[in-house]
Amino acid sequence: MNRIELKVNGKTVSGEVEGRTLLVDFLRQTLRLTGTHVGCDTSQCGACTIHMNGMPVKSCSVLAAEADGAEVTTIEGMANADGSLNTMQQAFQDFHGLQCGFCTPGMVMAATALLRENPKPSEGEIRHYLEGNICRCTGYHNIVKAIQAASGQDVTPVAAE
Amino acid sequence: MYDFEFERPRSIADAVKALKTEEAIAFSGGQTLMPTMKQRLAMPSKVVSLTAIEEMRGVRQDGSGIWIGGATTHATVARETKDSYPALSSLAARIGDPAVRARGTIGGSVANNDPSACYPAGVLASRGVIVTDRREIPADDFFEGMFMTALEEGEIVTAVKVEVPETAHYAKFIQPASRFPLTAVFVAKYGDGVRVAVTGASESGVFRWTEAEDALSGDWSADAVDGLSAPDGSDMISDLHGTGDYRAHLVKVMTKRAVAAC
Ligand code: FES
Ligand code: FES
Repeated sequence: MNRIELKVNGKTVSGEVEGRTLLVDFLRQTLRLTGTHVGCDTSQCGACTIHMNGMPVKSCSVLAAEADGAEVTTIEGMANADGSLNTMQQAFQDFHGLQCGFCTPGMVMAATALLRENPKPSEGEIRHYLEGNICRCTGYHNIVKAIQAASGQDVTPVAAE
Repeated sequence: MYDFEFERPRSIADAVKALKTEEAIAFSGGQTLMPTMKQRLAMPSKVVSLTAIEEMRGVRQDGSGIWIGGATTHATVARETKDSYPALSSLAARIGDPAVRARGTIGGSVANNDPSACYPAGVLASRGVIVTDRREIPADDFFEGMFMTALEEGEIVTAVKVEVPETAHYAKFIQPASRFPLTAVFVAKYGDGVRVAVTGASESGVFRWTEAEDALSGDWSADAVDGLSAPDGSDMISDLHGTGDYRAHLVKVMTKRAVAAC
């Protein structure tokens, strides 16, 4: 067993983990932060994307023991202090960037990481950045629009308004 | 995954010690190793993580070349070599996806020597040298075949050194589902000759296409590739994504594109 101590959404947490414990399992099962989803467990889908030391990572492909000393942010840490949706989350809602919502936590985390690197990405840059995040529902168009809107760019309104 | 003992040493010396255990395996980001272990294709009794070793991280100018710590992520290489070696930066920026690039490392990639990995082509074309805990190995001697390298038991890739060419380009024909290259070619032009390294094509992993190197060293132009016949398709990987002949054809096409883009 390995003892780990890390910061999750600003709070220091610690625990004992087996070598093989995945970070996503530590988050979901030990900390009960079930907003981070597991779509594939094989690094394909990106539903489990979180931030580790400011970078997007697939938490199904990170060992919990590797996160010792790290700063982790999950979807639970994204809302504004008063509990309202932050700009990115709100944009996903406004632009119908989700349907079933399974991929959404990972999408929001990836999109947030993108804007940190590139505050005004083009449509092409957004699509390229989201290569590791799979959505079975939306067809991506509205996800791309939501991210453009969240970055303060003009977006044509959604058809279903 | 089966359970294993986990260690995360802070120095190269401690890592070497930790790897002396039988069935211990070095872990340098795990973007290949973790899926492999989940499928139980690898069952190490001990995993020694190299990700906390400060002396193995970062990108530095090294004489006329660049020194890249073995535990440096693709994202860092992409960012740090943007000005000093744009073609290598672009290679790193196109590996996998952003989350993979935030974890995967250059040392892990060259040590694994996946026949379709990007880095082996970049390192081989860039007259790379693989630095380990005990010696320096020229890339020409390091990549020995599919998933095979000159590394000994317990030997760690601590850094990779490359020479910066006059101009270079990495032309990657992507396999969109895996985001690995179906076939990719790294072309690097030095004052005294051209290097052409091919990944994703051969059954024996990354290789130098010497006919193209000779042709391009004499006449640096995309047209110089036209006169060559593609390498032999019977030695190439054949799978549902493409036959050996198709890949052989791609070698020529991607070499031409790489030169044209320089
Ligand atoms: S659950 Fe991690 S990538 Fe799909
Ligand atoms: S909204 Fe259903 S998978 Fe993306």
